[in-house]
Amino acid sequence: MLKRLLLIAAILVPCGAALAQEASFPLQHVHTNINDVQSLQRGARDFMNYCSGCHSLRYLRYERMAKDLQIPLPLLKENLMLTSTKPLDHILSAMPAKDAVKWFGVAPPDLTLMARYMGKDYIYSFLKGFYADKTRLWGVNNLYKPNVAMPFVLATLQGVQKPVYKSVTDSSGHTRMQLVGVAPGTGGSMTPAQYDEFVTDITNFLNYTAEPIKAERRSLGVYVMLFLALFFVLTYLLKKEYWKDVH
Amino acid sequence: MSASSDSTGAGNSRGLIAWIDARFPMTKLWKEQVAEYYAPKNFNFWYFFGSLAMLVLVNQIVTGIFLTMDYKPNAAEAFGSVQYIMNDVEWGWLIRYMHTTGASAFFIVVYLHMFRGLMYGSARKPRELIWIFGCLIFVLLMAEAFMGYVLPWGNMSFWGAQVITSLFGSLPVIGGSLLEWIRGDYVIADATLNRFFALHVAALPLALIFLVIAHLMALHEVGSNNPDGIEIKKLKGPDGHPLDGIPFHPYYTVKDMVGVAGFLLIFCAVIFFAPTFGGFFLEKANFTPANPLLTPPDITPVWYFTPFYAMLRAVPSFAGTQVWGVLVMGSAIVILFFVPWLDRSPVKSIRYKGPIYKIMLTLFVLSFITLGDVGMHPPAGIYPLLARIGTAVYFAFFLLMPWYTKIDRVKPVPERVTGHA
Repeated sequence: MLKRLLLIAAILVPCGAALAQEASFPLQHVHTNINDVQSLQRGARDFMNYCSGCHSLRYLRYERMAKDLQIPLPLLKENLMLTSTKPLDHILSAMPAKDAVKWFGVAPPDLTLMARYMGKDYIYSFLKGFYADKTRLWGVNNLYKPNVAMPFVLATLQGVQKPVYKSVTDSSGHTRMQLVGVAPGTGGSMTPAQYDEFVTDITNFLNYTAEPIKAERRSLGVYVMLFLALFFVLTYLLKKEYWKDVH
Repeated sequence: MSASSDSTGAGNSRGLIAWIDARFPMTKLWKEQVAEYYAPKNFNFWYFFGSLAMLVLVNQIVTGIFLTMDYKPNAAEAFGSVQYIMNDVEWGWLIRYMHTTGASAFFIVVYLHMFRGLMYGSARKPRELIWIFGCLIFVLLMAEAFMGYVLPWGNMSFWGAQVITSLFGSLPVIGGSLLEWIRGDYVIADATLNRFFALHVAALPLALIFLVIAHLMALHEVGSNNPDGIEIKKLKGPDGHPLDGIPFHPYYTVKDMVGVAGFLLIFCAVIFFAPTFGGFFLEKANFTPANPLLTPPDITPVWYFTPFYAMLRAVPSFAGTQVWGVLVMGSAIVILFFVPWLDRSPVKSIRYKGPIYKIMLTLFVLSFITLGDVGMHPPAGIYPLLARIGTAVYFAFFLLMPWYTKIDRVKPVPERVTGHA
């Protein structure tokens, strides 16, 4: 019964979404590792170079990031702090929100918690979902966020993907072209595998910023569980001893 | 110290106790409430949840106090201050996860505690007031949880508050002004956040503590029920203590410690390995700040409210008003208060009740779980139908109780309790 309900829900939810937007694509799954410090460091570097011009990480401080990602302070100051000189500052973009609205129509969202808000699969898919669309202001659209306001700043790396259309006939007999996916474009400096790693690193980094304590939380949790297991055994034995005389 | 003339050397602590006892009933309270409170010796697994509810209450109060030290009850700063607690306050992340997980744990523990009451007839005479105090605690707990949920000022906080407060607006005549009075503004805004903070950290916890004390005082006055639903005070030994009773301390203090350890194993597993619990304890949509211009795709309350939320939506609008759903939801809570008088069975415990009660209680639990699931989904497809069936079964359990408990076949109740755990 529950399975059937879940199935019905799974069918209904995309139906509702399809009414709101023309096309909706299932997110691509990404595997990230919060303990892979090198991947996090690359992600931080790439974020600062490609994203931080417009997007802030306003709930995270440079110093905390450097400490967690094992980045020496001089290196941090020299290479990663593009908008500030004080390591205790929050990671804020240089773009004034008012101007951003004028230029793009919306202020670029803060990305500190994006991995907890939309999920890391969304970030990964989004960064791989841009395709050429001449009808849009910046010449690109996105499979996972239709009519996106953001220009494709990674075009020099991935190249601009081409949309793939298929003609479909709907129930009333009208034939129209429907977007079914994308094909690799040209002009990118990275191979698809390199770009995939690049995007995975940024996703991993944003997964870190959404909960900087995550890695420590998990490793500490193991000791807490071991202690509690021991505590459970001791309390159980204590109870048994005390209850010997209850008949 | 000068007042206790007999306190010399080793006798100091006894002297101090005597000094206090002459001025405050410390030893008397300890004996009456703990050391010489005789509890039935046959408490089983289900009797852990009373002491666990106390533990979670203490957890919420202590972690809540520490959260209050860094939280800013201000629409412009609230969301950021929660992130500040998570990232900058020493151990702030742990304090916050203990509090958010504690909120859900509170409802799990309280729901199981209430189910225990329904199973073993704990609400029946002479324990009606214990049950009523308990129901009041449940109502306040819901208000407390709802207002606490608003405080992080995430987008779901905002829209959840919007939906729940607007329920009061659907009441006839007074609705509009009542709504304004609750919100302190025409919309959910800074003023709402501020007053919810005041209620969440001061008014409601005070009332909760008071009610918990009343709940326990009433319990210790009449004595605990047990899985056999027998009054152990009827059979007393030569020493004047119930034959089937044992002192709460040390027997149940050590036993409840086992319960605490087991509970903490699960509680800490959630805190350290799954603090959002897959979006059930901390919802994804609440990881973005409140935005009056951005309505989340589905506004659903946290899991512990969804059974009642499903009942709210189960009732269609009628005669141009939505108030019927609100009334049904309200009745679903109010009806709990009448359980002591709805149950007309000659026996208390499900062990000696007949098959009809067992079937009805099972259906009730299934309806509650179904409603909980329905409340998490948009009201489309099969869900509105499930919501109505669930609501009907929920109310049938209570409203038909006077009838089916009377005609149900019952087994003879033994003189003494059967075994112990």
